[in-house]
Amino acid sequence: MSAHVSAAVFTSHVPAIGAALDQGKTDEPYWQPLFAGYEPSKAWMTENTPDAIVLVYNDHATAFSLDIIPTFAIGTAASYPVADEGWGPRPVPEVRGHPELAAHVAQSVIQQDFDLTIVNKLPVDHGLTVPLSLLFGQVDAWPCPIVPIAVNVVQYPVPSGRRCLELGKAIRRAIETFDDDLDVQVWGTGGMSHQLQGPRAGLINRDFDNAFLDRLVADPEALAATPHIDYVREAGSEGIELVMWFIARGALGDLAGGHAPTLRHRFYHVPASNTAVGHLVLEDPN
Amino acid sequence: MGLDKPYLDVPGTTVFDADQSRIGYGLNQFCMSLMDAGNRERFRADERAYLDAWDMTEDQKQGVLDRDLNRLIALGGNIYFLAKIGATDGRSFQQMAGSMTGMTEDAYRDMMINGGRSPDGNRYRHEQEDGR
Repeated sequence: MSAHVSAAVFTSHVPAIGAALDQGKTDEPYWQPLFAGYEPSKAWMTENTPDAIVLVYNDHATAFSLDIIPTFAIGTAASYPVADEGWGPRPVPEVRGHPELAAHVAQSVIQQDFDLTIVNKLPVDHGLTVPLSLLFGQVDAWPCPIVPIAVNVVQYPVPSGRRCLELGKAIRRAIETFDDDLDVQVWGTGGMSHQLQGPRAGLINRDFDNAFLDRLVADPEALAATPHIDYVREAGSEGIELVMWFIARGALGDLAGGHAPTLRHRFYHVPASNTAVGHLVLEDPN
Repeated sequence: MGLDKPYLDVPGTTVFDADQSRIGYGLNQFCMSLMDAGNRERFRADERAYLDAWDMTEDQKQGVLDRDLNRLIALGGNIYFLAKIGATDGRSFQQMAGSMTGMTEDAYRDMMINGGRSPDGNRYRHEQEDGR
C-alpha cells in the first residue's frame, strides 16, 4: 500500500486570528462570526483527521531573513519549534514533523525538476500555526505530523501560480509513491485580499476573492495563469500569498485525470484585522 | 532592456522587489535583530547607538527613530521586517498598517470593519488626484 491525498484545505493565516484564540477572544462580536465559519470544518476534521499534512505556508521574516531567501523550501525535521515573532511564541504545541515522508517528497519532487531547499532547522510562525489552530482548535498536541513547505511570497518576484500548480501535481506524485498506507492532506494557506503597507493599506476586494474561490474549485488551470500584477492591483500587495493555494489545489486528483473534488465547506469573511479571510475544504474522491 | 515592473503604477504601494531588497538589506537585518529579547532591550536603552552598529544610511536610521514606516518602505524596508520595530514598541499589525494611511487608528479600524478599502479608484496612479 502507498500513501494517498485525501483532501485539500485552504485558509488564510492572519496572525490576529492566533492572538484572538490565544487571548480567549473567540466569543467577542468582532471574532465570533469568523470562528463560527470554521466550525463545520472542525467537525469534518474530527471525522477525517489525516495521518500527515503537507502544509504550504510562507515564513514572515521569522526563519528566513534576507540572508537566505529560498523560493520553495521543505522541512525534513522531526520537530519545529513555535517561533517568537516579537510578541512572544504562541502558546500552542510544538509541531511534529514526518521526516520519512518529507525526505521522500523532497527526493521525488527534486527529481521532477523542482529545486526545493531542504531545511532541518525551521522555527514556524503564524503562517503555519494559525491554520492548525483554526482546523484543530486549542489542543494539547496537534493530532498528526506536518511536512512544512515554505514559499517565498515576501520578496518579489514570487513563484507564478502556474509553477505552484505544477509543484502541487509533483507533490501528489511524490505522496503516491511513498511506501506506507498514509492518508495525507495538502493545505494551502495565506491570502485573501489584503495590503499591509503604504497609503493603500487596508485594501479588500470581495469580488476578486470570491471569483478566486469559484475558479480555484472549478477551473484551476486557467486561474493559475493570473499574472502577479493582477493580484497586486486587485487584491493588494500581500494578496499575492494566494499563489500558495495552487500548490494544494494541484495535489488533487482531477488534475491527474481523475474525478473533480467534492466541496465540503466554503467560507468568506471580512475582516480579520487587515485581511479578508477565505476558506475551502475539498475532498479528493480519487 | 530593463526589467518589467508593471506594479510601479499601483498607487500607494511599494512592491518589495529585488532592487528594494538590495537597498534595504541593512535596514531589514537590523529589524530582524529585534527578534531577540536582549537586542530589543539594548535598542530601547539607546536607539541611536544601536542603529549606528548597523550598515544603514542616515535616512534609514532617522526613519527608524521617527517610526516613519512609509519612508522606511521607500528606503527598502519590508513590512514583515519593519513589524519587528512595531512589536518592540508593543504595536499591533493593524496599528502599523493604519499608521501608513494618514488615517486615525479608529478610522482605519472602522474602515476595515466596514469591508476595507475599495479597489475602485485605487488600481492606477492616474486614478488618484495627487498621483501618489
